[in-house]
Amino acid sequence: MARYLFGRIVSALLVVWLVVTLTFFLMHAIPGGPFSSEKILPPAIMENINQRYHLNDPLANQYLDYLKNIAHFNFGPTFRYEGRTVNDLFREGLPKTIALGLVATVLALVGGTMMGIIAALKQNKAPDYIATFLATIGVSVPSFVLATFLQYFVGFKTHWFPPIGWGEAKNLVLPALALSAYPIAQITRLTRSSMLDVLNQDYIRTAKSKGLPGYIIVLRHALRNALIPVVTFMGPFFAYILTGNFVVEYVFNIPGIGQFFVTSIGNRDYPVIMGTTILFATLLVTFNLLVDIAYTVVDPRIKLTGRKGA
Amino acid sequence: MSISVESFSPLQQGLKAEGINRPSTTLWQDAWRRFRKNPLAMGGLTVLALIILFALFGPFFSQFDYKTNNLMATNQYPNWIHPFGTDELGRDILTRSMFGARISLLIGFGSVAINLTIGIFYGGISGYKGSWLDNFMQRIVDIIFSIPDLLYVILLMVTFGPGLRNIFIVLGLVNWVPMARIVRGQILTLREQEFVLAARTLGADTKRILIKHLLPNSIGQIIIVAALQIPAAIFMEAFLSFIGLGVQAPMVSLGSMASDGRMNIPSYPYSLIFPAAMIALLMLAFNFVGDGLRDAFDPKMRK
Repeated sequence: MARYLFGRIVSALLVVWLVVTLTFFLMHAIPGGPFSSEKILPPAIMENINQRYHLNDPLANQYLDYLKNIAHFNFGPTFRYEGRTVNDLFREGLPKTIALGLVATVLALVGGTMMGIIAALKQNKAPDYIATFLATIGVSVPSFVLATFLQYFVGFKTHWFPPIGWGEAKNLVLPALALSAYPIAQITRLTRSSMLDVLNQDYIRTAKSKGLPGYIIVLRHALRNALIPVVTFMGPFFAYILTGNFVVEYVFNIPGIGQFFVTSIGNRDYPVIMGTTILFATLLVTFNLLVDIAYTVVDPRIKLTGRKGA
Repeated sequence: MSISVESFSPLQQGLKAEGINRPSTTLWQDAWRRFRKNPLAMGGLTVLALIILFALFGPFFSQFDYKTNNLMATNQYPNWIHPFGTDELGRDILTRSMFGARISLLIGFGSVAINLTIGIFYGGISGYKGSWLDNFMQRIVDIIFSIPDLLYVILLMVTFGPGLRNIFIVLGLVNWVPMARIVRGQILTLREQEFVLAARTLGADTKRILIKHLLPNSIGQIIIVAALQIPAAIFMEAFLSFIGLGVQAPMVSLGSMASDGRMNIPSYPYSLIFPAAMIALLMLAFNFVGDGLRDAFDPKMRK
């Protein structure tokens, strides 16, 4: 176990380092400096700006400086937000992004498994068709379209929930729905098909013949095993919740990291793009590590060894 | 009870009881037979064929084109002349949907063709050569796989700049990883089988074994992955259009139409609804076809 953990942590660090290196060199491969799109500045001022942001240093030095800063969790200055650093943006945006992500996660897990269970129990009846239909919509409509529809038809037309903004709990409802639509759809499909599988197993018949009430059979006997495919979906799920934020925060105007990221792509604000990519990659790698460890707890049949199976 | 000897007669001479009396079905015939029995997949295929016809030949029947402004007819609701209405520059949304579907389909098929090529090469070499080379190549794949492709796509698109050609390159460069994994897995299991040993004994070299024996046997799996990657690429392009890294005007894709239409939804909802519905239809059709292909080529996987 210790050996496995050590190996996984080393490879996680390697991945993060590679992402840092890749983003650094890609962003520096873009022709023209970050300020070259501005109106023509006097050469002396341009020189000063370059000095200020160390853009005249040799690339290798800039790279080493950047690595050193990242190691200290310092993502450098932003180019477009006057007097603020990328760290300031993160400090401001991360709590909102995390809050939205958590609500969407809970919604997706609870909603998805419930819809999946209901669809499986009422196979080929109305609830099954409704759940399957909703799941199909969830995977076939682009998230920005879905978010716009929710914002306009539910938020703007009915006034049930505020269509835009941040601050109160009810502001979270529509963005969280938009963000969780795709994972809800996937989890519903996974739960439905594995529930159908499990419900035909002998031990479920045994439980029934013992005279256990239906809800106990479903919740305690069937669901546990039916959820294993859902657990394996957790890696892509978390990746989706993170990257889905780009769209949802932008559409609903939530000042979180996703919105900063999309705005800075439009502004060509390279330090924010680099910082966000590195932050998200680090979060994901950490999360995947935790999921792999959690597997062994959920399913003791999975053995941890020093290397992955071929 | 007695049975007379006369009721028994010898089998007709010359009939080979062990012979193969029917023509053998090829992989394709077999798959097609199963595919045909799947109503969802056939429905998907029909819708897909209709959309492709609509995109390819629709513009010839339209009196409008996708980029000429007509400021006398801006923001018209759907009517007889413009069945899908017009946008804020007076362009016919139906005609734009045809051209948009063309570009979206082109991106789907084109980028998958690129990642197919890279993936087959990479996975084929990795799986067939094995040992340290395979290990090394798989570590690279693991590293790429551990970060969502969306982040790479955005980074590369920011570096290369928006535009159709760059979307091809970037989607092709990023999406080969799942393909390489599938091909490698197939090759790994196939190369241990007797027919490969036989081929090698007969003196076939690596290239011949890979191209003539291993790849044709993995073609089913490759097609399944490709069929599901095409809609993913179309989706990705829609997202890129949304964040401003998609195809550039006046070129139009379904994604760029939807993201332009988004702004007008309070007054002119049809300018979002039509392109969005086209995307959703394409997604559904491709996904049903993809699922159908999986059942057809790999009946063991069937649930």
